[in-house]
This record gives sequence, structure tokens and C-alpha cells, in this order.
Amino acid sequence: MASDQIHKAIVFAGFGGQGIMFIGQLLAYAAMDHGYHVTWIPSYGPEMRGGTANCFVVVSSDPIGAPVAAYPDVALIFNRPSFDKFEPLVRDGGLLVVNSSLVEQQTAREALDVVRVPATKIASAVGSERLTNAVLLGAMLTVEPILPITAINAALQAHMPAHRRDALAANIDALERGSQHVRKQNPELLNSLSI
Amino acid sequence: MTKQLLKGNVAIAEAAVRAGLEAYFGYPITPQTELLEHLSARMPELGRVFLQAESEVAAINMLYGALSTGARAMTSSSSPGFSLMQEGLSYIAASDIPGVVVDVMRGGPGLGNILPSQGDYFQVTRSAGHGDYRPIVLAPASVQEAIDFTVLAFDLAEQYRHLVIIALDGLIGQMMEPAELPPMRDINTHRPDWALTGAEGRPKRMISSLYLQAEAQEAVNRRTQARLKIISENETRWIEYMTDDADYLLVGYGSAGRIAYSAVQSARRDGLKVGLLRPQTLWPFPSERLHELAGQVRGCLVVEMNAGQMLDDVRLAVNGRVAVDFFGRMGGIVPMPDEILGAIQQMQHERI
Repeated sequence: MASDQIHKAIVFAGFGGQGIMFIGQLLAYAAMDHGYHVTWIPSYGPEMRGGTANCFVVVSSDPIGAPVAAYPDVALIFNRPSFDKFEPLVRDGGLLVVNSSLVEQQTAREALDVVRVPATKIASAVGSERLTNAVLLGAMLTVEPILPITAINAALQAHMPAHRRDALAANIDALERGSQHVRKQNPELLNSLSI
Repeated sequence: MTKQLLKGNVAIAEAAVRAGLEAYFGYPITPQTELLEHLSARMPELGRVFLQAESEVAAINMLYGALSTGARAMTSSSSPGFSLMQEGLSYIAASDIPGVVVDVMRGGPGLGNILPSQGDYFQVTRSAGHGDYRPIVLAPASVQEAIDFTVLAFDLAEQYRHLVIIALDGLIGQMMEPAELPPMRDINTHRPDWALTGAEGRPKRMISSLYLQAEAQEAVNRRTQARLKIISENETRWIEYMTDDADYLLVGYGSAGRIAYSAVQSARRDGLKVGLLRPQTLWPFPSERLHELAGQVRGCLVVEMNAGQMLDDVRLAVNGRVAVDFFGRMGGIVPMPDEILGAIQQMQHERI
């Protein structure tokens, strides 16, 4: 199944209640179902201080040693404190996906790829601010296609708990809207992707 | 069976259920609580015993009682709670009954914090509690190993009638990874010939840890030591990675061991010949193999999430054959592969 050689350390960071843990787990489920090695750990370090919740996901085609990284490859930034914390840490050449609805701050680092998505606004339009997480994941996977968004949809179908299943369609919609937003801003991505 | 995405603590709990756990006694403490939480639902569902005790002192003594009947039983805790269990652990060990106890280690000393640590290494490997013995100590470095070692722990405990401690740091307890659970085993209703099952129609049996006569106590000590010798000859477990041509050897267990694995990969990309020995049993310790490897490398670097505890065992094993350096983080801070790589480079620079 998973034939591409990849190794990505991805951090999801925001407020508690923004669905940070869930969206990280969703990516982990999709990566597992796709045949990749994967680890997920909740905010479990000094970074717990300061009102942010975050989780680390490592997706790899090879067995994973460290389930954490000092300098992650990708950061999904849901709020300002998370921007302040992780923007300096993403490795050079890495990707910063920023929820521009809540983060006005721009990065001064030229070595980063930056995608700004008004994710909370888009999520509200889809039906609920609580879908911000899915909008940002859809955007991220469009720029950094380690898994097709269809794999996330399948993971939602397979692993979403029964009492949350009424939110399934909205999540799938939110993932797609996040992806669309990025593709509209970067038309060159339209040709290179098979979403 | 297919792989599931499982949290370390939950994986241990479910593996214990499937290994035929009949009774669990415990008290909640972070970062171990999901283990107890999972069993609080699963055990009653299966008609088995789940009992939340009033304290860790109570839990370990309830365990002592259940084990005395020959049942598969266990408890779990995290560092401060594990300290409270010391007396009971020593009694269980002295009574020659099989027991399984899980310690999900957190920052210390004292109440410390809830973050991952390996600060209990001395406590678990020297003798959990007072007296003169060693428990078998299993140190998983992944969720799959946490599952496999849980099943193994019950088997080893019963085979040797000995105490087995599963010692993991909070990171392994909190992490989710794809892993495969074992098939459900039937509960073993057979009770061994030492178990307290009610003496009606047979001579009475006694389980005790009290020997007031010195000769009687020493005889028990000798028996324990003879058993420990057999265990160390047969149950020492470790994993090696790229040690064949290594100039430098990393030694680490649990999370520190798997992070050291990443450091080996980085070092190799930089052209540094680094290998890893990851002990899976902290007692018995892979001393002989370490001694052997010490003869072929230029230096050893011990990596731990403490101030240097296994370091003592590595130094004893290496016995001066080669320099042994140390890299550790404390307080719940998880070492990063880059930091370990830096320590290797420094060692290489200083020990050319």
C-alpha cells in the first residue's frame, strides 16, 4: 500500500477545544490504514504551559524511533500562542499552515512554505467553528500530499465513534473546503494533484 | 488480527484482559490512569474483578491476597503511587507468588510532575521494596512491546513464581501506535499446589514472608538467589541495531531507547558508525553482551530520562574496557535525537 518513502513530523497546535487531539488522531488512523508507520502523542511536555494544546504525529514509511521532533516538518497553527511557540521551530524548508481567522501574525522566515487559511471562517460557513480542524487538515494535505484526502474521508468512516457520526458529512465537506481554498490560491497545485 | 491504533496504557490493560486477568486492584494516577479506566469498564463487562482501592497501599495488599489464591491478578500505578506499594511488593516477592505490577514512570522525586521519566530505574531494578532480591523488570519501547510484555509478564511470573514489573515511561503510556492485540485466552481455572483455596479435605497450606529463625530465612534467601540465577541465564532480553561495525555504542531503554534509534540513523547519515543496544529486560540486565560489545567499540554513550541510573549497570558490565559517557534529560523533558547526536559527536571528538 504505502510505497512512497516519507518521514514527516507534524505538530497540531491550538487551544483546548479546537479538536487538536482528534484531528491528529484522524491523520494517524488514515496513515495506519494506508500502511504507514505512525505515532501520535498528546501535548506531553513543558509545552503544556501557556494555554495551548498540541499533539505530535509522525508518519513514516519506516519504523519510527523518536515520536517527537525538536524541529517538526509541518505545523498546523490554530491560534496565536501556538504561532509564537512553533513558528520558530519548524525546520527550514518546512510547512506552516496557519488559521488566518485567528492569527494575523506573518512569519519573517523566508525558508518556510506558508499557507494561510481563514479556517474558522470557512468552518462556520460549512456549519460549525468546530470544523476548523478539518479545514486546516484538508489545506495541509493539499500542499503536502502525504495522504490523499480520500484516505482521511475513509478513516472518518471507519473510526469515527457512533455518537459523532452525524458530523461525518460536515467533516468531509470541511476537509474539501480547506483543500479548495488552497487550490484556488495556488492554481499550479490543481494539475499536480489527484484529489 | 489486524492492527489497531492504541494508546500504551489502554494496550497494556486490554492485553492483560486477553492474557486471562481475573482481578485488578488500583488507584488512579497520571500518566497511568487510562489503564485503570479501561479495566474499570472491561473487567465488570466480563464478570471479572475490578476494584478501585482507597489507596495504593490497599491496592497492593489486595493484590497480595488475590495472588495467594493462584489467580492472575495485577495492579498498576505511577512513580509516587508505586512508592506507596513498596512494602507490599517486598511481601509478594518474599512469598514466592507470581505477581505483575505496572509502573508508568513520571517526573520526580516527590510528587514531581506528570511528564515522562525513567527516574524509577534504581527502585525497580535493585529490589522493589526492602530486602534482598530483584524483580524481573520489562521495559517496553513501543505500544506493541507493551502488549507483548504484558502477556510475557504473566507467563514469566507463573513460570518462576516471581514478581514481574513492567516499567515504562509516561511517553509510552500516553502514545498511540498501530499494534496488534493477542487473541483472548481463557481464564486458567487450574489452581497451583501452593494456592490458598480452602483446606477442606487436604493438609493446610501457608503463604508467609516471616522467618524468625536466621537459618530458615537464609534458606529462603538462598532459594531466591538460585531462582534469580536461573532467570538471569534464561530471560535476559535486548535488541541490537547496527552494532556489527559500530565504533560507538548507544545504550538506552524505553522511550530513550527508541529516540536513540533515531540518533543512530542520523549519525549513520553523517558517516558516524554508531550502534544501539536497547535492553528489554532491565533485570536481568544484558551485562555479558555489553561486555562483549565494549571490546569492539571506542566508547559507549548511555541515554536515559534521568540523571544516570542504568549508567551504573552499564559501567559494571563494561568494567573499564572502554569509556562510558552519559546523556540524560530530567524533569519530564524528552531527549531529542539531535541532542543525542550532539553528545555522540562530542564523545567522538574527546575520545579519538
